[in-house]
Amino acid sequence: MLLIDCPYCGKRPELEFSYGGQAHLARPSRPSELDDQAWAEFLYMRTNTKGVYAERWRHARGCGRFFNALRDTTTDHFLAFYKTGETRPTCPAAAAVTGAAPSGLAGERTP
Amino acid sequence: MSRQSFSGLSLIWRSFSKHASWQKQWRKATPKARYDAIIVGGGGHGLGAAYYLAKEHGLTNIAVLEKGWIGGGNTGRNTTIIRSNYLFNESAALYDHSVKLWENLSQVLNYNVMFSPRGVMMLAHTVHDIQVFKRHVHANRCNGVDNEWLEPEQAKEFCPPLNIKDNIRYPVLGAALQRRGGTARHDAVAWGYARAADALGVDIIENCEVTGIRRDAGGAVEAVETSRGVIQTRKVGVSAAGHSSVIMAMAGVHVPLESYPLQALVSEPVKPIFPCVVMSNTIHAYISQSDKGELVIGAGTDAYTSYTQRGALHVNTHTLDAICELFPNFRRLRMMRNWGGIVDVTPDRSPIIAKTPVPGLYLNCGWGTGGFKATPGAAHVFAWTIARDQPHPINAPFTIERFRDGYLIDEAAAAAVAH
Ligand SMILES: Cc1cc2nc3c(=O)[nH]c(=O)nc-3n(C[C@H](O)[C@H](O)[C@H](O)COP(=O)(O)OP(=O)(O)OC[C@H]3O[C@@H](n4cnc5c(N)ncnc54)[C@H](O)[C@@H]3O)c2cc1C
Ligand SMILES: [Zn+2]
Repeated sequence: MLLIDCPYCGKRPELEFSYGGQAHLARPSRPSELDDQAWAEFLYMRTNTKGVYAERWRHARGCGRFFNALRDTTTDHFLAFYKTGETRPTCPAAAAVTGAAPSGLAGERTP
Repeated sequence: MSRQSFSGLSLIWRSFSKHASWQKQWRKATPKARYDAIIVGGGGHGLGAAYYLAKEHGLTNIAVLEKGWIGGGNTGRNTTIIRSNYLFNESAALYDHSVKLWENLSQVLNYNVMFSPRGVMMLAHTVHDIQVFKRHVHANRCNGVDNEWLEPEQAKEFCPPLNIKDNIRYPVLGAALQRRGGTARHDAVAWGYARAADALGVDIIENCEVTGIRRDAGGAVEAVETSRGVIQTRKVGVSAAGHSSVIMAMAGVHVPLESYPLQALVSEPVKPIFPCVVMSNTIHAYISQSDKGELVIGAGTDAYTSYTQRGALHVNTHTLDAICELFPNFRRLRMMRNWGGIVDVTPDRSPIIAKTPVPGLYLNCGWGTGGFKATPGAAHVFAWTIARDQPHPINAPFTIERFRDGYLIDEAAAAAVAH
């Protein structure tokens, strides 16, 4: 189970959260101008990154708020947590915020 | 090398030489400079495709490249449930094509894949389940796929360990049974296809990771880069399960896939106690008993995408809660091992078996939590697609473009985590 650091409430077990998928996907501002391919990209295509991935979490059984996280999908090690609307931290800065590692995984990855 | 054939007689015969005379089942091939076609991924799907390419399409100068060992991906990690009672016509045709190939696979490959059609029973726990399952039963019958509705007492008769009392959180309200469904031996499927393909001249190359796909000026595939050097080829078939999107990105192709951990676990071995396969999508429990005696239990996917091949413990305990309610006899069994695989999930929970926008690049992926059952059928139509550069009628609907054109094959409603 992951240990997730809600920017509003602090570190809580994964069970309190629901997953929101890839972060920073903006709904098209002029929907009627999109063709089918552009809609398919927006609705269905995800980067499915193997490596550092920006994703949304929601503290569903806590404060209820959405926020973003950077996680390395090859280790499940979190690199940063940040509020919705904030820009994605760059990786060196992200490494400094090495928040929660799933227990037993600490040290498996040099940040 | 003359092919040794497997039979009861050969087993007895070789016992006279203390079984020392058996040969290796396939060669350890080293990569050639050029092949007519390359399959990326040595799971059941990739090895099967290589076999059918050689057997039915005469393409024998081909190779399967596997980054680890064959069958070490989801093929060797799954709970082996085989069935074909899917809702839509497209799916029923694809999965039933596969079940029919399973029925003779041991004979065709001269390899005991231990296909055991012991019946797969899906439990209904809510009014919605009942309606959906009955709809499946009718839709399946229209497609010539067997599936029947059982009342709780009939379900218990078919599977005596089942608890049908109404004092549990989600009582059993009925079940849909596909008698032709069952299980098979996962490793044997990979090994059987590998051996049969090797006998036809296919090179099976382990410890060979594909790291790049080279394209010519016209954009068509011309070579693959691997951890064992560059190999020329004009046709590449990708069957890499959880890593499919990573490999397609090497050729600049976006696919609608997300990769999630999916877990399974086995109990200590016990005497035969469980006669069939039982699955419950509603409370996330999948169970059968292996010939070794272990109860084989499938759990759910984790909430998040990952490539770690492990998942969280609470996902397993959630499934065990359900198992203990449904089968109180198993409460005191100890679990021996658990593990995870990385499954590639599409938005409509149906696979992609298709040509891609890149000439010479073909894709078989998106099998998610339930592609073991499809191994022979998918491999068969994928080989056809690669050999003829056009889809077989059975896989024609399973394109990437269906997500753009709106022709989804939406098996998600009933099969969100179903195997
Ligand atoms: C826990 C679990 C339970 C399951 N239960 C069931 C079930 O009951 N019934 C069912 O029908 N299905 C089930 N499935 C799904 C099923 O296992 C898969 O859909 C199916 O086995 C996929 O087969 P494959 O050959 O496509 O993939 P795999 O067997 O995963 O083969 C893909 C191969 O590609 C290789 N590869 C990846 N990247 C590269 C690269 N760059 N270069 C070279 N090789 C590469 C991998 O190492 C791997 O061996 C389950 C899966 C899991 C994880
Ligand atoms: Zn919170």
